[in-house]
Amino acid sequence: MAKGRVLVREQDPSQRAKNFKEVCLGYNEAEAVEEAQRCLNCKNPRCVTGCPVSIDIPGFISEIKEGNFKNAAEVISKYSSLPAVCGRVCPQESQCEGKCVVGIKSEPVSIGKLERFTADWSRKNNIDLSKTEPKNNIKVAVIGSGPAGLTCAGDLAKKGYSVTIFEALHKAGGVLEYGIPEFRLPKEEVVKYEIDNIKNLGVKIETNIVIGRTVTIDQLLDEEGFEAVFIGSGAGLPKFMGIPGENANGVFSANEFLTRVNLMKAYDEDYDTPVIIGKKVAVIGGGNVAMDAARTALRLGAESHIVYRRSTNELPARIEEVHHAKEEGVIFDTLTNPVEIIVDENGCVKGMKCVKMELGEPDESGRRSPVKILGSEFVMDVDTVIMSLGTSPNPLISSTTKGLDINKRKCIVINEDTGKTSRDAVYAGGDAVTGAATVILAMGAGKKAAMSIDEFLKEKHSK
Amino acid sequence: MFKIVSKRKLTDNIFLMDIKAERVAKSVKPGQFVIVKNTEHGERIPLTVADYDALNGTVTIVFQTVGKSTMELALYEENDYICDFVGPLGQSSEFVYESKEELDNKKFIFIAGGVGAAPVYPQVKWLNEKGISVDVIIGGRNKELVILEEEMRKVAGNLYVCTDDGSYGFNGRVTDCLKDLVENKGKKYNHAVAIGPMIMMKFTAALTKELNIPTTVSLNPIMVDGTGMCGACRVTVGDEVKFACVDGPEFDGHLVNYDEAMRRQSMYKTEEGRAKLKFEEGNTHKHGGCGCGGDK
Repeated sequence: MAKGRVLVREQDPSQRAKNFKEVCLGYNEAEAVEEAQRCLNCKNPRCVTGCPVSIDIPGFISEIKEGNFKNAAEVISKYSSLPAVCGRVCPQESQCEGKCVVGIKSEPVSIGKLERFTADWSRKNNIDLSKTEPKNNIKVAVIGSGPAGLTCAGDLAKKGYSVTIFEALHKAGGVLEYGIPEFRLPKEEVVKYEIDNIKNLGVKIETNIVIGRTVTIDQLLDEEGFEAVFIGSGAGLPKFMGIPGENANGVFSANEFLTRVNLMKAYDEDYDTPVIIGKKVAVIGGGNVAMDAARTALRLGAESHIVYRRSTNELPARIEEVHHAKEEGVIFDTLTNPVEIIVDENGCVKGMKCVKMELGEPDESGRRSPVKILGSEFVMDVDTVIMSLGTSPNPLISSTTKGLDINKRKCIVINEDTGKTSRDAVYAGGDAVTGAATVILAMGAGKKAAMSIDEFLKEKHSK
Repeated sequence: MFKIVSKRKLTDNIFLMDIKAERVAKSVKPGQFVIVKNTEHGERIPLTVADYDALNGTVTIVFQTVGKSTMELALYEENDYICDFVGPLGQSSEFVYESKEELDNKKFIFIAGGVGAAPVYPQVKWLNEKGISVDVIIGGRNKELVILEEEMRKVAGNLYVCTDDGSYGFNGRVTDCLKDLVENKGKKYNHAVAIGPMIMMKFTAALTKELNIPTTVSLNPIMVDGTGMCGACRVTVGDEVKFACVDGPEFDGHLVNYDEAMRRQSMYKTEEGRAKLKFEEGNTHKHGGCGCGGDK
């Protein structure tokens, strides 16, 4: 049997549960070369088919084997503008690594950790990856500076377009800045660096512009000389349960909690935005965002619970995130569903009434649906509740753009093959189209739209 | 970066600033708000728009120094720059979408409490420019706290000023003044807009309900992003939970759950108090404190 993967070094769980420094420390050069040797360099690499942006995985791993890290970085940069981000947050186990042939008899090659190593090495060695085709002076507007927008902008800039990204918040990065915590994705070191790389391709980023309010898509096209628009505005609106007591002081959306801590840096005394964290926190939900919120609450000093209505097997979060959360001391209360927030005389949370659940028949998602156990009501002693139930797209853009079709979930309707919307010259991708999904799927959509926009504009200008 | 074109002190703790923000100045309408962030480390402060000038590309903000961030902003002078300025946010006032005919058939009364005169001003001005004459009540605790009187007089049909302590104008609260107009002066109104402290809007809405006048209020709850992302600003309106930043900030004044809104507004009182104290003491002690070295 082939030998197992080279283990990646991590901060000790007892230590990291008290700080915001990155959990995973990544491979060093020797470890990366050793892990790269495990790659069989398959003729028909299945891993590439599992990658939403089709990175030439055996290509960059072969360069690592030879110690040619710069070449490895150049291979990846042809496909992805955010490799240090993807190496950290992609669900590799269900994508590239899930398809790796080595994984059939042993553990799959650590493709994610190798990608991360390559990107980190390239950053530390100041490798210039800013080559672009000659400028063509055709203006394209990109709405939102999250993974979809950054990817689309980067790809178009590489093809010579003059791209401007419009960002509603004061800082570029979207969910990479406000959503994913520092301990999974360092902001200055990784996110800012990769955004700077995209700026080095010539992309302009205008912050503090809310499209649909400050300026509309119609104005961008009709008055400001943009010839195409890509909408990558994400899924920003948080969902609540609609149970009694939910507006009590001490109930937050995961979006609010994480934005205060990540974007506004409430954990850092030098920043002005406050965050309230009680002694006992219940995070409702089982996705990656729920894990992020629970692990953040823990780091702010609270006893932290995940409350999830199905069982551990159905947790939608990545296995690695669940594993990290458990290691750090997050308590999992599965098969448990809140029915009411109990409020004290000052309007603050003093407990949460829950019911125990059991799994019944599979529902339309294929997962066994949770059913309430009669008479199982009990009160959980908590003073803070964080709702992490998913998000839906903000209707601001669709409601202010003429002729832009949306579906009943408020998601923008596109042609799956091209990313084109119902409106001429307007393309969309990422969570704004799919509803809340992953960073890499958004990047894949941004990439596809960039290709279609390029085709559309080349055709238009050849006439 | 956004330049402060001019600054005016309206009272001891209320300031007016014109900010250069061309895109916002061009697109803003009455009823909307902006978010201001002083420095890179600052918090995002939602502020009502008090006026705007598309030609010169400026937006006017009025703010009261209530916490660290507003106190810090008050120290900025003309030609200084603030880090971030974003807007316009929220829905514009409903009347903006009404036809001239509909508006002509309405008799508006605007009721402004304290700093609430600032968001009322652009609404009255907008209506005045459309040839609609409206009545306005401005109230303050005392004479010093009545702001924008001169500006309002130029755009209002009839302006009534009142003070809680009787130091200026009508002796009484805005609710007393409104009651007097309707019951003693024979005034008839079929739409009221009340903007000011939450408690003032609560009592004004209770009175207008009694008087059977449909009423709009403008809420200013705690917000983070101001674009619908965080849900911190959720308010109960009738049977529904709304986000003030995207569904509002203006709502039917007879349906708002004011007690819940006030409670939610006080959520960060301890943290705000602590930050304010630290800021004030930082100012007094800027030459190195008392010298005892206690905080080292």
